[in-house]
Amino acid sequence: MPALDFSFYTWANISTYLLSGLYFSVSLTIAATIGGIALGTVIALMRLSGIKPLEYAALWYVNLLRSIPLVMVILWFFLLMPSAFYNLFPGDIGQKYRAEICALITFIIFEAAFFSEIVRAGIQSLPRGQTFAGQALGMTYAQNMRYIVLPQAMRNMLPVFLTQTIVLFQDTSLVYAIGAYDILKGFEIMGNTFGRRVETYIMAAVVYFIISFALSMLVKRLNEKIRILR
Amino acid sequence: MTYWQDIWDRWQFLWDDRGDGVTYWQWMFSAWGYTVSVAAVSLVIALAIGCLVGTLRTVSQHRVVSSLATGWVELFRNIPVLVQLFLWFFVISEIVPGMRGVPSFVLACCALGFFTSARIAEQVRAGILALPRGQRQAALAMGFTQFQAYRYVILPQTFRIIIPPLTSEAMNIVKNSSVAFAVSIPELISFAMQTQEETSRGIEVYLAATILYVITALAISWFMSILEKRARVPGLSSQGQGAH
Repeated sequence: MPALDFSFYTWANISTYLLSGLYFSVSLTIAATIGGIALGTVIALMRLSGIKPLEYAALWYVNLLRSIPLVMVILWFFLLMPSAFYNLFPGDIGQKYRAEICALITFIIFEAAFFSEIVRAGIQSLPRGQTFAGQALGMTYAQNMRYIVLPQAMRNMLPVFLTQTIVLFQDTSLVYAIGAYDILKGFEIMGNTFGRRVETYIMAAVVYFIISFALSMLVKRLNEKIRILR
Repeated sequence: MTYWQDIWDRWQFLWDDRGDGVTYWQWMFSAWGYTVSVAAVSLVIALAIGCLVGTLRTVSQHRVVSSLATGWVELFRNIPVLVQLFLWFFVISEIVPGMRGVPSFVLACCALGFFTSARIAEQVRAGILALPRGQRQAALAMGFTQFQAYRYVILPQTFRIIIPPLTSEAMNIVKNSSVAFAVSIPELISFAMQTQEETSRGIEVYLAATILYVITALAISWFMSILEKRARVPGLSSQGQGAH
């Protein structure tokens, strides 16, 4: 068994190889969570709208994306994204960060399918009386959703959203398939540069574990808080 | 007429020889076979470990045992499956003596199986905790040992309850097997990526791979729904509750 040597983790090397990757992984997670919840809410509302074409469109969207591996979806988007799209970005940013931009869009669209199921469950878990009371007060559908249903549903869904965000954070490692520069890629390049793959993959696992575990502890505490409040 | 001819032509590459006597058509089905067999072997590993660990987590008399089981779940749940795969290929096979010659298929199945075992353990634990406490107490009152109570009373009921979440885990494991492309297992994603590079027929190749994934998912959900019907105990199903 070769001796492990972690001495190449100097601050200079960490900031050269890892920080930008970590920054991308974290911002991809945050952006995909926010974008996914926004788009997912729209899809959940379509699903519950009672208008058949909208309902079926939402159903297909969710079922299709849930039955295909995320890697396959990432490859599809990378293949089909028109080159002109990347030119919309100022300067050469679009061409330079093709994989990263494509990953961001893929994740928002893919995660929306999962968030929409959470939102749907959250809305359906509210007593129907809430909607009826809103209608009885003369609220329109939009007002009812905006002021009565969604605020309550979102509060109930907060722990589930966070759990999904942990899954999402782990899934960001799959941008490996199109070579986007995330934290895992940073570790891989570092390992190849210094010829120390064992140490870099161990550290990659440690970093992912610490972040995911810390988030899951947060979810646990949040769950306890919410329970006390009720 | 020419339109359909055009579409037909675009799929002709499937019958082309890759250069080693294997057509893309044959390669695609062998890749599908790899996807299914990686998923199946991993699922067996995951079920075996997951049931054991999930059960041990509920054994409250032995603190050490249940906290070891909890540690197992936290460890394998909080590291991405792709990173776990790399750990098996580049760390465990390097530094653990005797792991060097292990075939990559086995390593990939271990990685995927251990990752999924944590999730199945959680389902098993939730299933056990969902049973009424009286079941365990009645078994112990009848003079069953702890082991017998699990073997004859608790676990048979648990497995019936958790068939729906196990179905989605089985579908997840097929989807997660796609990460094996990163360590050159010749499964569907590897096939799709390489064929796309060699033939430039990206849309057709990806479409074929996607359809095969969807077919696999449908087959699992069909099989598990039959299993669920077979395993149902009359009067014990959740649908039966609240009938009185």
